[in-house]
Amino acid sequence: MHFDPVLLSRIQFAWVIAWHILLPAFTVGAASFIAVLEGLALATGREVYVRTSTFWIKIFAIAFGMGVVTGIIMPFQFGTNWSRYASAAGQVLSPLFAYEGLTAFFLEAGFLGVLLFGRKLVPSWAHFFAALMVAIGTLFSTFWILSANSWMQTPAGYEIVNGQFIPTDWIKVIFNPSFPYRLAHTAFAFFTTTGFVVLGVGAYLLRRNRSVQDARIMFSMALWALTVLVPLQMVIGDMHGLNTRKYQPAKLAAIEAKWDTGKGVPLTLFAIPDDKAEHNKFAIEIPYLGSLILTHDLHGEVKGLKDFPADQRPPVAIPFFAFRAMVGCAGLMLALVLLGGLLRWRGQLYDTRLYLLACQCAIPLGFIAVIAGWFVTEVGRQPWTIYGLLHTAASVSPSLTSHDVTLSLFAYVAVYLLIYPTGLIMLLRLVRKGPVETSESAPAIEAGLPGAPVLAPAINVVKGNV
Amino acid sequence: MTQVLDLVPIWTVILAAAVFFYVLLDGFDLGVGMLFGLAPDKRSRNTIMNSIAPIWDGNETWLVFGGLGLLAAFPTAFAVIIPAVYFPILVMLLALVFRGVAFEFRFRDAENKTFWDRAFCYGSAIATFAQGVVLGAFVQGFPVRDGQFAGTSFAFLTPFSILTGVALMFGYGLLGAGWLILKTEGDIQAAARRQGRICLIGVVTAIAIVSIWTPIMVPAVAARWFSWPNIALFAPVPVLSGVIALGTWRSLGGKAETAPFFGAIGLFVLSYIGMAISLYPMIVPYQLTLWEAASSPRTQAFLLVGTLFLVPVILTYSSWSYWVFRGKVRAEVGYE
Repeated sequence: MHFDPVLLSRIQFAWVIAWHILLPAFTVGAASFIAVLEGLALATGREVYVRTSTFWIKIFAIAFGMGVVTGIIMPFQFGTNWSRYASAAGQVLSPLFAYEGLTAFFLEAGFLGVLLFGRKLVPSWAHFFAALMVAIGTLFSTFWILSANSWMQTPAGYEIVNGQFIPTDWIKVIFNPSFPYRLAHTAFAFFTTTGFVVLGVGAYLLRRNRSVQDARIMFSMALWALTVLVPLQMVIGDMHGLNTRKYQPAKLAAIEAKWDTGKGVPLTLFAIPDDKAEHNKFAIEIPYLGSLILTHDLHGEVKGLKDFPADQRPPVAIPFFAFRAMVGCAGLMLALVLLGGLLRWRGQLYDTRLYLLACQCAIPLGFIAVIAGWFVTEVGRQPWTIYGLLHTAASVSPSLTSHDVTLSLFAYVAVYLLIYPTGLIMLLRLVRKGPVETSESAPAIEAGLPGAPVLAPAINVVKGNV
Repeated sequence: MTQVLDLVPIWTVILAAAVFFYVLLDGFDLGVGMLFGLAPDKRSRNTIMNSIAPIWDGNETWLVFGGLGLLAAFPTAFAVIIPAVYFPILVMLLALVFRGVAFEFRFRDAENKTFWDRAFCYGSAIATFAQGVVLGAFVQGFPVRDGQFAGTSFAFLTPFSILTGVALMFGYGLLGAGWLILKTEGDIQAAARRQGRICLIGVVTAIAIVSIWTPIMVPAVAARWFSWPNIALFAPVPVLSGVIALGTWRSLGGKAETAPFFGAIGLFVLSYIGMAISLYPMIVPYQLTLWEAASSPRTQAFLLVGTLFLVPVILTYSSWSYWVFRGKVRAEVGYE
């Protein structure tokens, strides 16, 4: 492997975005969760909702702050390392990024101060309104950034003049062919990730017998939300796969490690793909299942990588394994949700200790699935930055030397390795305290009291929200 | 789309305004971050930090909008300028990471409080210096070939860019002092008045040196300022700068609480206008004009519609946020 500025810039981009995406993966859902809690607090006037919301706002503040500063780094990467891409695609993509700033970042930032510090300064409806605006901001942000990302995967509504992409139809640019599926899949992934964090934190507090009333509300709300989210996400994921087959067949072939085009292809459960030999080693396959899943037809045709010139194929191993990691996470999630439903039906949800432990251990599942999914879709896009049109190698800034990018990559690695563990330690510390101790107004001895039964309105609002 | 209206001047104004908004808004909170390092005790450090805690995020958003606005309206300029200042941008971004997380980490990480205190102060100082270096490199100009930066990644580093880096530290320091005079009382305010005067001396000295150095370094700038009738037309800029500097100096020594902040803003406005006079109509100095670097009318029109509608909305709710946290910083508001 030759460490030229292109490869180093790719590693750098992967490094900064992979760490960054962990934060919106949690904060997008968390903002909506907080808005729901604030709404419930306003509607019912119950102290427990205020306390639970205050607790999650503190957690949200750390994650959101880290998300902001690691997010500012992202647009500058286009200029520092990918200036030829910026110059070629800037006219189509930059308005989408700029609209993200105008509709989302300012909205979040404008109301964040009131959400974090304003509870005593503004009326309670205004505090709820601030929470709502922050939540809406995170959703707008998701919309625009995924539109831009999807355009790079399935470009539409453009013409190429002198090597530059010029927009011809903004509706086609924004609502490009893969966008609806990618948006739905990612938004559901973010909400699911938050759901498992809330579920896991609730489970932790229940296991420790701390802030029990608050913990039950979190645990129950999260489980109801996940009961809807997880199965739906699997359906959306399947639809996204069909869309990929249509528009990015080489990516799909890499995901499934299919070398030869065929009908009625097997599903490869495990293999060691060898890009050079164009062959899988140690393959474990289930006949016909590949065609059935990918085309919804036992004899459907799936394109193989050999149909594409070798210099237009993505590397196979990363999309192949990352996809299996993502699907594996989905399987575990579904099992937990089904089990939770069963326990709830039997009335043992809050005191099956092994299940609570499993939920606590499941906190990272959503994050792992998000990162894995990101690797599937972005590595699967290679060797292009704009699919089929602009080579990654032709996108990098011409002035950069390997030495330059090595230096900057080291700097990003060093800083992130300091910031992220510190942030994680602080988040864990807040969780350990729990809502009752975090909230200054609540009596410190409430932990251990029997919690109130879960409220029906809470459940309905969560359902309405998904 | 037939081009009935040249959008380039409109975008020039919008982008200039966005960058200036960033400079003012993040300028004062980066300045506050630097002065934070000079505060004597924990109580004053907490107060200083809480004076910007609810608003810094919104201020920094203008940086993103400025960068993306440049990419949208003048993509060729973005593609030349940003790689040319690869390392100052890197340093600025990482410094902003440190100071940004310090807001939260400082109050939650009891054992490492002094570490995050330093991260906040040095992060603010280094980010400011890096921005000043970017400014200096920009004024120096960049070699361009085929619409891409054709120099090396270390060409930015010159005595001139280091000077502008230091100059901006004094400039943001002055803005920060003005903000603290506005938002605090007692000994913190008194300290800010003293620090403001030191910064003002630095700012005036730096403006003077840059004003002499730039025309010597760049003949085109000399021709712009010193030819007739320009010399008469542009004379109010340095004259007014002198008057405002004098007024700011006096207000820092007196009782006025708003005048120092607005005096500092006035100096920034005039320096900004002075730079615009020197460089217009270049967006990549001495290489590409605004029109040569502009994006297609379709791109500019599409973003313009939303910008004209959304920016007033943004200014409205951002003002509301400032209004909620108006007045002197109260100890109980903010991190505790």
